[in-house]
Amino acid sequence: MGYPVVQGASYILAHAPDLVQYGSKPRREIPKDPELLEKIQSSLRDFTAAKDYPPHQVFLGNREPEELWEMEQPWYENALQNSPRKGKWGEIFPEEEFYGWLKIADQFDLIHYTKEATEKIRAALSDHSLVEPEDLESLGEGDSEDQIKNFISQGALELYLKGDLIGCIRDGHDEDKNLTADILLENLSVKTTGFLAVKSLLENIDQKEEDIAFVINCGEEGVGDRYQRGAGNLAKAIAEMGGLENSTGADVKAFCNAPMHASVIAASLIDSGVFDHIVLVGGASMAKLGMKMQGHLENDMPIMEDVLAGTAVLFSKDDQVNPQIRLDTIGKHDVKMASSQQAILSALVDKPLQNNGLTIFDVDKYSSELHNPEITVPAGSGNVPHNNYRLIGSFAVKHGLLDVDELDEFEKKYGMPGFSPTQGHIASALPFLGFARERILKGEMTRTLFLGKGSLFLAKMTKTSDGMSFILEENSNSTQ
Amino acid sequence: MFEGKKVMCIGERDGIPGPAIEKIIESAGGKSILSLTQCFV
Repeated sequence: MGYPVVQGASYILAHAPDLVQYGSKPRREIPKDPELLEKIQSSLRDFTAAKDYPPHQVFLGNREPEELWEMEQPWYENALQNSPRKGKWGEIFPEEEFYGWLKIADQFDLIHYTKEATEKIRAALSDHSLVEPEDLESLGEGDSEDQIKNFISQGALELYLKGDLIGCIRDGHDEDKNLTADILLENLSVKTTGFLAVKSLLENIDQKEEDIAFVINCGEEGVGDRYQRGAGNLAKAIAEMGGLENSTGADVKAFCNAPMHASVIAASLIDSGVFDHIVLVGGASMAKLGMKMQGHLENDMPIMEDVLAGTAVLFSKDDQVNPQIRLDTIGKHDVKMASSQQAILSALVDKPLQNNGLTIFDVDKYSSELHNPEITVPAGSGNVPHNNYRLIGSFAVKHGLLDVDELDEFEKKYGMPGFSPTQGHIASALPFLGFARERILKGEMTRTLFLGKGSLFLAKMTKTSDGMSFILEENSNSTQ
Repeated sequence: MFEGKKVMCIGERDGIPGPAIEKIIESAGGKSILSLTQCFV
């Protein structure tokens, strides 16, 4: 028996333009500028534009990441017309369907829609492959418009669809700042997108729900109350909603680096024989909707951060087919290490490769943080994957294996353009995992190195950073 | 060149982090009165 394998990965998007105003940045800026809300609303994309947006089609698995380099930019003006909403890895959900799942995820009667909206949502969801009859029942009948207005007058947060008021979400407690309507909306969005990712994963692979023993949530949101802020456990809540009845779970927190920690922990639990099948899940980051909206508005662009994202991965014991996680080549950023980019990437790339007798060129692809540059560059945040590939290539230059003039070629061969929404942990390396697994199974690649970084300093508990990496490699015991 | 100067060191996660700037400033004779790192993704 060899190292644990990756059986599959899923990626989903939920178009949420009416929730952009509730992202952290818009929510802070709108009160300062009476015209801003209208500017945001007039710069939102419709569902078709979000669906046909080239990086989203890559995220869902309908296009290869490298194809983006060949497509004319700006990508938002060069849509892939009539693209399917479903891809190899998952699908993009229209906002009204997302609102339906949000209500289904709510066990505490926090979310209320009008009767009219409820019927519209029920009709939109009724034919979906993931929906069960009891899901449609749990949508209820809806409330009267007067009742919704009454909740809002008592402090509930309004919910809109295509600009129209359709309902609200109420506070979960009269005095608890951790259970206010806006925070609960964020948390329910994580649960909902996490659930959709898990269901999409299990829909696409040949593994029964009852075989899953453990779920690890690597999302950034910390759910909890006044006595235990961030206490969790969203993993179990998602497992319950997803019907993983033989499973329990736990949350792993490390900012954007959590998916790397969670992957290594999942593989280790399987390698040690504790569990046979573990699902990693990461739900959306609602706070990051509209995060770069000022840069987009200044450049007359649509608001690009209008989607919530979710991902799920199934790790299993060695099946002698699927690619394996090399637990002997884990890269990690230790406390004693400096937090410069050079030091971090040395710890995550150069050291683990050297320690195992590999060179930079023995890896076919490096999957770094895959933030879509069309979102970040107009806001002055740079092209994150491009910068990472330059730094990774610089180690080859340092070792005399590459000329500095060849760094662009290095990026083309060993890297890829960013294609993930700027949803924090979601963008952190894993968006390529589905492609990597597929390419390795087809014999097109031997190994991919996944690396993530975490901005621990944002919590004001330490000034240090974080990082971790692992290698996915063709199955050494493969019988195929 | 930073002798007697007080410096606010504001770094960026994907660039140069605050503690690295702080070390440079101090090695050049300055005094760091604030050191932090921002993350823009």
